[in-house]
Amino acid sequence: MDFTFDEDQLLFQTTVRDFLAKECTPEHVRAQWDAGRAHDPALWKKLAEMGVPGLLVDEAHDGLGMDETTAVLVFEELGRAALPEPAIATAAVAAPLLAAAGSGAATRWLAPIARGEAVVAVGHAASPFVTDADVATLLLLRSGDAVHALRPDDITATEEPGNDPSRRLFSVAFEASDATRLAEGRSGRALQTAALDRGALAAAAEQLGVADQLISMAAAYAEERKQFGKPIGSFQAVKHMLADCKVSLEYARPVVHRAAFSVASDSAHRSRDVSMAKVAASDAATHAARTALQVHGALGYTWEQDLHLWMRRAWSLEQAYGRSTFHRRRVEDAVLQSAAPLGAGTTFADAEPL
Amino acid sequence: MDLSYTPEQSAFRAEARAWLEAHVPNEPLASFDTPEGFEAHRAWERTLHDGGYAMVPWPVEYGGRGADLLTWLIFEEEYYQAGAPGRVNQNGIFLLGPTIMEFGTDAQKARFLPKMASSEEVWAQGWSEPNAGSDMANIQSTAVRDGDHYVINGQKTWASRGAYAHWLFGMFRTDAESERHRGLSFILVPLDTPGVTVRPIEKLNHKAAFAEVFFDDARVPCEHLLGDEGAGWSVAMATAGFERGLMLRSPARFQQTAARLVALYQENEAEVGPAVRERVVDCWMRAEAYTLETYRTVSRLLAGGKIGAEASLNKIFWSELDLAMHELALEILGVRAELLPGAPSAGGVGDWLDGYIFALSGPIYAGTNEIQRNVIAERLLGLPR
Repeated sequence: MDFTFDEDQLLFQTTVRDFLAKECTPEHVRAQWDAGRAHDPALWKKLAEMGVPGLLVDEAHDGLGMDETTAVLVFEELGRAALPEPAIATAAVAAPLLAAAGSGAATRWLAPIARGEAVVAVGHAASPFVTDADVATLLLLRSGDAVHALRPDDITATEEPGNDPSRRLFSVAFEASDATRLAEGRSGRALQTAALDRGALAAAAEQLGVADQLISMAAAYAEERKQFGKPIGSFQAVKHMLADCKVSLEYARPVVHRAAFSVASDSAHRSRDVSMAKVAASDAATHAARTALQVHGALGYTWEQDLHLWMRRAWSLEQAYGRSTFHRRRVEDAVLQSAAPLGAGTTFADAEPL
Repeated sequence: MDLSYTPEQSAFRAEARAWLEAHVPNEPLASFDTPEGFEAHRAWERTLHDGGYAMVPWPVEYGGRGADLLTWLIFEEEYYQAGAPGRVNQNGIFLLGPTIMEFGTDAQKARFLPKMASSEEVWAQGWSEPNAGSDMANIQSTAVRDGDHYVINGQKTWASRGAYAHWLFGMFRTDAESERHRGLSFILVPLDTPGVTVRPIEKLNHKAAFAEVFFDDARVPCEHLLGDEGAGWSVAMATAGFERGLMLRSPARFQQTAARLVALYQENEAEVGPAVRERVVDCWMRAEAYTLETYRTVSRLLAGGKIGAEASLNKIFWSELDLAMHELALEILGVRAELLPGAPSAGGVGDWLDGYIFALSGPIYAGTNEIQRNVIAERLLGLPR
């Protein structure tokens, strides 16, 4: 039993954080918005040199061969930087899904993903929309209990303009065929559920970074902004709002980290644990977004102020890979229909080492 | 990261479970806030002590088992799962004990810890004064050195367990010229000292759980000073850290309440409908989150970390969770919610009301949640005072 990260994991996190602080500035995000694409191949290539898209890809396919407990630390940083990019679909979902599908048609994509040459869009059961279908070199889409791998020429994508220009939504039409099918039946359903769980876990991890950034921005503003001759951060009404955000965040964090362990160890509680993480982290991030806006006042309500880069991320990640209502239902079903005992001593009762 | 238990940890769990099954009283003991309940709980503490389970994480020489904090968490889980009695000496074993471990001299450790571990001596806490509640630094009770004694004058109030305890720990102003948090000292006071008068105060549940304590030229040996003279504030902050988080409120208690709440909902699902379902499971999730955060904290402590201002996060989280769970239970109980345990129609649900009344104190004691929010804002988020 050890609920800490090792130094290599933390160093990797810090390295990604420092890199994105320089490369993924608010100016960069706004430039991507103006360009109408949530993908910058040059930046993605640099992230690939650090190993980000290939985090979960094995070393034989040019990846880092790490597991989800490291991935959540990195995704937290992508959230902190409000990075556009189809990172969740490509690195957290597609890479392990293709490896699990196992066929040559699937695994031939692993090295291009790890090298930053291929980005992927993923369709899943919790939403009719496919994110970043316009920039994907590969699309993994579902049809009934099957999973299909499609190239851009095989689909028709219609943009559904949405609230977050960093997460572009598309309705996608495609013709499924024997040639495009990666899996079906029981294994297809298993891949679909795993895709949803993995996407939700990465989105939850990004929400931690988003929440942390929003709280930091609000705290910094509350210190600098003076009214009645004092920083507004010296007023308890402001302090207490931000303190509550901090409580939400710090109690979401271990839930996300446990879910990462459950995915990595393929726990029987994997889906439940991921749903708890998605709910807790989204609550923390949307709570922080609402509060940070209130602390910034009218300034935060402008397009010019950068605050909404993260507010939009909080809202849009809440939608990604299952809304909180969807995930709450999953936890409710798991808890209320479970024959397993609840209560003290049950939390790690079935956990197996990695 | 490895969230599985080692074979040794699992073996300890099985051993503790078997011992508790064999020893936990079949009938609940009377409240330890009654004279007979207080003694019954002390007798239980002796049984626990003789079995080697009174103070799992303490060194053997001080009446403990010499195990690490993870082992202690496992014990706590089994303890609550077994429905074992509340710990009557919690102010001693969970708050003062760890503080003595950190700040006490060897002589003080040898003098106080073993009798604390066995509950031969039960401790009350003496934080608040009539004019020093949230504003703790406004303490006015004085301790003036006279030879090898302190002469104590003043008044403490809301002293938990004060009605029946043997000893009290608290802060007293040893430097008459000092102000605020400077010049305070942390002193251990035998409550049978001449000049000490204890006046029990009944709580909201009509039981005499805490007390006012008056000091009128009470002479206490200087060797009962804990930490340096004048350094009482920093000693007290360490105690408060234990009180707000890990030691006093391990997660097992809240997990048991959450599990009972889920069961209560399932028994009454037909009447209460789906609106309550989401809130019940939300409480269960929060109890899980508290457990996860506690395991994370313990892992961090075992790796050499310390408890700091983040204890304030814990305090807010568990106290609000405890209240939310009991409020929801009363909502599910409907008309039965106002029945006390003894009511003929209570049908075994009256302890939810008892628990609710107790949970109402959570956001107040150990530093109100408003004070905790100030601590979080100033010390964790860096906002100006």
